[in-house]
Amino acid sequence: MTQDMTPLLNVTNLSISFGGLRAVDDFDITVKKGQLYGLIGPNGAGKTTVFNLLTGVYRPDVGKIFLEDENITNMKTMDINKAGVGRTFQNIRLFKKLTVLDNVKVGLHNRFHYSTLEGIFRLPRYRSIEKIMNEEAYKLLKVFDLENEADYLAGNLPYGKQRKLEIARTLATNPKLLLLDEPAAGMNPNETKDLMKTIRFVRDEFDMTILLIEHDMKLVAGICEELTVLNFGKVLMSGETNAVLNDSRVITAYLGED
Amino acid sequence: MEKIPKIWRENLITYGMVIIAYAVMQILISFGLVSRLVQGLLVPLCIYVILAVSLNLTVGILGELSLGHAGFMCLGAFAGAFFSKVTVDAITFSPVRFFLAILIGAAVAGLFGFLIGMPVLRFRGDYLAIVTLAFGEIIKNVINALFVGLDSNGVHFSLSDRAALGLLDDGDVIINGAQGIIGTPQDSNFTVGVLLVLLTLFIVMNLIRSRDGRAIMSIRDNLIASESIGIHVTKYKLMAFSISAALAGVAGVLYSHNLNSVAASPRAFGYNMSIMILVFVVLGGIGNIRGSMIAAIVLTLLPEMLRGLDRYRMLIYAIVLIVMMLFNWSPKILEWRERHSLRELAGRLRGRSKV
Repeated sequence: MTQDMTPLLNVTNLSISFGGLRAVDDFDITVKKGQLYGLIGPNGAGKTTVFNLLTGVYRPDVGKIFLEDENITNMKTMDINKAGVGRTFQNIRLFKKLTVLDNVKVGLHNRFHYSTLEGIFRLPRYRSIEKIMNEEAYKLLKVFDLENEADYLAGNLPYGKQRKLEIARTLATNPKLLLLDEPAAGMNPNETKDLMKTIRFVRDEFDMTILLIEHDMKLVAGICEELTVLNFGKVLMSGETNAVLNDSRVITAYLGED
Repeated sequence: MEKIPKIWRENLITYGMVIIAYAVMQILISFGLVSRLVQGLLVPLCIYVILAVSLNLTVGILGELSLGHAGFMCLGAFAGAFFSKVTVDAITFSPVRFFLAILIGAAVAGLFGFLIGMPVLRFRGDYLAIVTLAFGEIIKNVINALFVGLDSNGVHFSLSDRAALGLLDDGDVIINGAQGIIGTPQDSNFTVGVLLVLLTLFIVMNLIRSRDGRAIMSIRDNLIASESIGIHVTKYKLMAFSISAALAGVAGVLYSHNLNSVAASPRAFGYNMSIMILVFVVLGGIGNIRGSMIAAIVLTLLPEMLRGLDRYRMLIYAIVLIVMMLFNWSPKILEWRERHSLRELAGRLRGRSKV
């Protein structure tokens, strides 16, 4: 268990303003390796902004982001991914005109290499590497029960499967930390239940650390071990899931005062 | 795992169409059934196909609008013609000389694609279209005003007039301003043109179905997602844009070796030309390689076929454009085509034979 003591993600003092609005104000979070961690809060609290800061879409005004020992503050989005942070999006962002298989293979892009010329002239390395990429991609598709749809265009998949494909594509980049932005958004209760199983499975199977934003309290209570509550860009409280969800301050933030 | 053969079959159909069209044309020519007018169109046809397919790499595969394609063609045309004119006495075996000219034309156009792409690919959509349009015009106008001479002291450049070159008596003007290059060897012919079409198709279609091609298409489909999974967006945008420019350069070399002179005239390399290439791409289907090839052929032959209609020629041409656009993109007609396609018919026949 000593390994569990080192935080995988350590964020301190993170702040960003847009015009006069402090969207995220002095945000701290520590996620340990292997944890399933939830980031919750009312609409407009700044949760997605935090994700955008963590993945380099926005540069923070102040604050530090550490992934294990590596300072990833101010790094470019693509380098943050290479450092080991993968994410999904609130409004699903798939490559809609590519096949399901190719979506995952784009995710594998930085793990398997051959040159442009080897690709154009179909040299032996092209064949061998493509074969390995196909195998790896199918392995992931099988995990998410998508292997029968491998040749479909991603845009034609039903909603629930699009969510799964987005997670599969992100896992293809072999991240250490997986950020899920409202994975249950737009899902019916059955799909949500299925999703909870998938998320737990991903954590166990891939030995993954997961930080997720979610509004669905059933999902949050069901799978998250620890929570941080964000309200008006500030951390309202952090702690073990049950304690947080029963805290009067959190209830007030969500439901308003009597 | 049956995806690979499917792509193979698609690509083979495309290559097959080119080869069959070439064979049919050669047979018709040998029987004397092709007018001189149409024979004169064969190399331009190859040029337009190469331009359309290569622009599709930028517009359809990378998903960025470029209106400067004729500019890259112009660069290739002049770089290739310059090389050929200078070496016409040194390299007497024309296939080798022409091969080198093509490489040089592609390299120069590709290099400029890279240099221009670096600043302009930061723009997107309409803004990029306007900036590429401007660069295309700049290239054409600079070459139009360019004087280059060669004498025993080396190469001389000027942007004012030929006297400013200060050539020695043994000197020769290679690029003569608005008159361009006169006396290039006529190395282009239909066969070489078709070979270059096949090469262009080979490069573009294989690039699309490779690791780099997937990265390029992922940028088109969703730039933010693409970055988030570690794709080097700038690198792949530049790659697609430069390859597209280099292939336009190849078309340019073919153009400047078709007649014995080349000038940077608006008619040959102006924005009208860029827009016409874009029309081929849009009509043939954005991202559809075979489609842009067919559109280029049909829309090049059509005005010639309609010559008999005299004054109504361009009217009919415009109507055909509109009808083709509807036929290609109207949802109702797409549905109708789906129901009446050959594949559907074959499926029905097969179904019946089983019963």
